[in-house]
Formats: sequence, structure tokens, C-alpha cells
Amino acid sequence: MAFARNQWYVAAYGSEVGRELLARTVLGEPLVLYRTGAGEAVALADRCVHRRYPLSESRLDGDTIVCGYHGFTYDQTGSCVFVPGQQRIPRTARVAAYPVVEQDSFVWVFIGDRDRADPTTIPRAPWLTDPRYAVVRGMAPLNARYGLLVDNLMDLSHETYLHGGYIGTPEVANTPITTEVDDERGIVYVSRHMDDAECPPFYARSTGIQGRITRWQDIEYHPPCLYLLHSRIAPQGVYPPAQGEDTEAFHAEIVYAITPSTENTTYDFWAVARDFAIDDESVSEYLHQSNHTVVMQDVTALNILEQVIAAEPEKYQELSINIDTGGLAARRLLARMVDAGRVEATR
Amino acid sequence: MSGPARMLTGDRVYRIHWMPGTDILRGVCHCGAERVAEEPVELWEWLLAHPQGHHSPVPPAPEVPTRTAVPA
Ligand code: FES
Ligand SMILES: [Fe+2]
Repeated sequence: MAFARNQWYVAAYGSEVGRELLARTVLGEPLVLYRTGAGEAVALADRCVHRRYPLSESRLDGDTIVCGYHGFTYDQTGSCVFVPGQQRIPRTARVAAYPVVEQDSFVWVFIGDRDRADPTTIPRAPWLTDPRYAVVRGMAPLNARYGLLVDNLMDLSHETYLHGGYIGTPEVANTPITTEVDDERGIVYVSRHMDDAECPPFYARSTGIQGRITRWQDIEYHPPCLYLLHSRIAPQGVYPPAQGEDTEAFHAEIVYAITPSTENTTYDFWAVARDFAIDDESVSEYLHQSNHTVVMQDVTALNILEQVIAAEPEKYQELSINIDTGGLAARRLLARMVDAGRVEATR
Repeated sequence: MSGPARMLTGDRVYRIHWMPGTDILRGVCHCGAERVAEEPVELWEWLLAHPQGHHSPVPPAPEVPTRTAVPA
């Protein structure tokens, strides 16, 4: 699957970017990330113009990077401000600087034609920095193409089979979904509202609910990168009031950033924000451990799938059924974004 | 009680409802055209072809479902 250029992607958590140089490859482009003394996050191309040495293997001197091979020195705009042994700095001595926006605990970078970078188009995940929520999170590198993670997250019926004993129960696979596509805004929404479901350990242990639940899963995918799962858990039969706050229910906002690294590798950023037991460290620990386990179950499965697909001829055939309605919609929006990025690039 | 069927509120929203208790999918276009199907590939194709084939106020009878293989 090709990449959608001229889009924003999560390159890191803000907490990962500091005074150490961090290497990340996004859409096949090697980046080096760091934070200036004033606290601004910077993303530069991770290849010295001189002999291509990775700047991420170099060192920071104040807000500049000094190449670890022969000392070419770059400022935060990517301009070379020093070369060894001579006064004249060649005019072309610069590395690309990427537009960066820090928002909702993520460091977003724009991959493409930087004149097209509009920060107002970045989708939001406000719960990750909202003091009324407690957040656990992580990042798992995936040895699989990003499309496989999109497929995986768009169809949660796999929870019943791949994540039984954690988040999956029989009702997930058995409950019909409604799928919506907003063609103008580029959003896919998949609702699965389970009126009477078993409570999986993930929620039984974290909420303390005993007995059956009303469980809603509302997926909101903002391709290419941001995936939100609004999860509502309540004692069976408890629905939101017609007006006012939904105080009888427990809410978890599950956020993924799906960032293609190379053709066959992906960064899987995951976070779980909850509005209950927010001061209870043991709940945080439990949810972190459980969600990490769930993510790794997906990673293992998708890494296997990548090997299978990579070894197959180009036009293998697959079969789609009702559960795939949301995934098919996501693929279509992604394909459109890939095309748009290509057309713009050749103009 | 079942959940709300409409979550997105834009002017160009396409919807596919999986009818509870059945294997049937019902596609609803923003123009009001509707159609049922037994698998999603063909139904998306029809929906996204809007306005082509969406004129009829009466939903066309369901076609004989065909399993369509999709290239990934
Ligand atoms: S490769 Fe960086 S200075 Fe030579
Ligand atoms: Fe239509």
C-alpha cells in the first residue's frame, strides 16, 4: 500500500522528545527530533548533506546539531551554520526542516510539501491532556504495513477471538454495526452498541462493575493517522440521560496513532484515557499492563500476516463480509488520500 | 433501546446499517436513496457512485448477492 503524503502524522509523544536526539522514520523519510533550550520541538531530515551520516547519531550543541562524522553544524531551521576548515558555507548546505505541531501529548509532523501544512486540519484527542482523565499509553513498533493495523482497528469483532479474556466477549462479534462515512470531512464512524453484554476483565477489574453491562464502542477514524474509540461501559440497562452529564457510566477514550514508518513497518501509538478511578494507581497499572498485552496480541498477529502477504503474489483475493463494512470504508478514504498526495506531488 | 443510528452530522454522510437479527445491510445515501445487500463491497460501490443510480425513490429490489473478491 502506498503512502498518503501531504498529511500530518504522529512522530512521537512529546515526552519522548527532549535534549537527546531521537530517530524516527515516517513515510520512509528519516527524521531526527529534539527540543530546543526554549522547549520547542524540532524535526529535521536525519541525513547530513555532506556524506549522509545520520544526525541522530550525532550530538546537540545548544540548539544546533553537530554532525558526528565531520562536524557540519545545523540550526533548528536545518540551515548549516558551520563547516570544518573553511569560512565559506556552501549555499546548498541545509537539511529539510519539517513542520511540527505539539498537540494532545503528540508531536505531529507534516510529510509532504511544507507549503500545504495547515495545523488546523490536525484531528484532536483532547482527553490525553485533560486533567479529568487518567491516561496510560505506549508505542509498539510493528513489522507490518500500516493498512493491516487500520483493518485490525476498524473491525473490533476480532476482539472476541484474538483478545478473549481481556477485552473480547461473545457479544462483540455478534452485535451488528452501523457504519457512516462523512465524505467531505473524511471521517469513518463505526458504532457497535451492545445492550446486554458480558463484562470483560479489562473493564470488570478497572470499573468494579459486577454482572452484565451495556457496552458501546464508537469508532471515529480520521485517516490517515488518528483513530479514536469512544468506549462507554455501564451496568446493564443504564443509558445516558436525555440531558446533562452521563455520570452513571464509565468512559474510556482509546486513542491510536497509526504512523507508517516504511512500506512494511508501522509505529503503533496507543493510549487509554479514562474518566473513572483517575487517582487509583493500581487501576492505571492494570490498564497499562492489559492494554499492552492486547496491543502485543495484535502486533504478533499482524507481523505474521505481513509475512504471509509479502510472500504472496500481487493480486491475492480476499473475502469481505458484514463485519468489514468499516474497514472497507477506511481503505477507500485512504486510497483517495494516497492519490491526492500523488497528484499534488507531480504538479 | 438501541443506540443512535446517526452519529455523524455532515451534509454528505453515507450510512450502512446492519439490520439487527439479520444478515442484511441497508445502505442509505445522503440524497435519500436506499438499497439493501448481503455484503458490503457491492453496497459501498452503489452508495459511493452517487448520484448514479440513486434517482429511484423506491429502493430497488435486492440483487442476487454475489461474493466479490477485492484486491487489497
Ligand atoms: S557526514 Fe556529516 S559532516 Fe561529513
Ligand atoms: Fe445518492
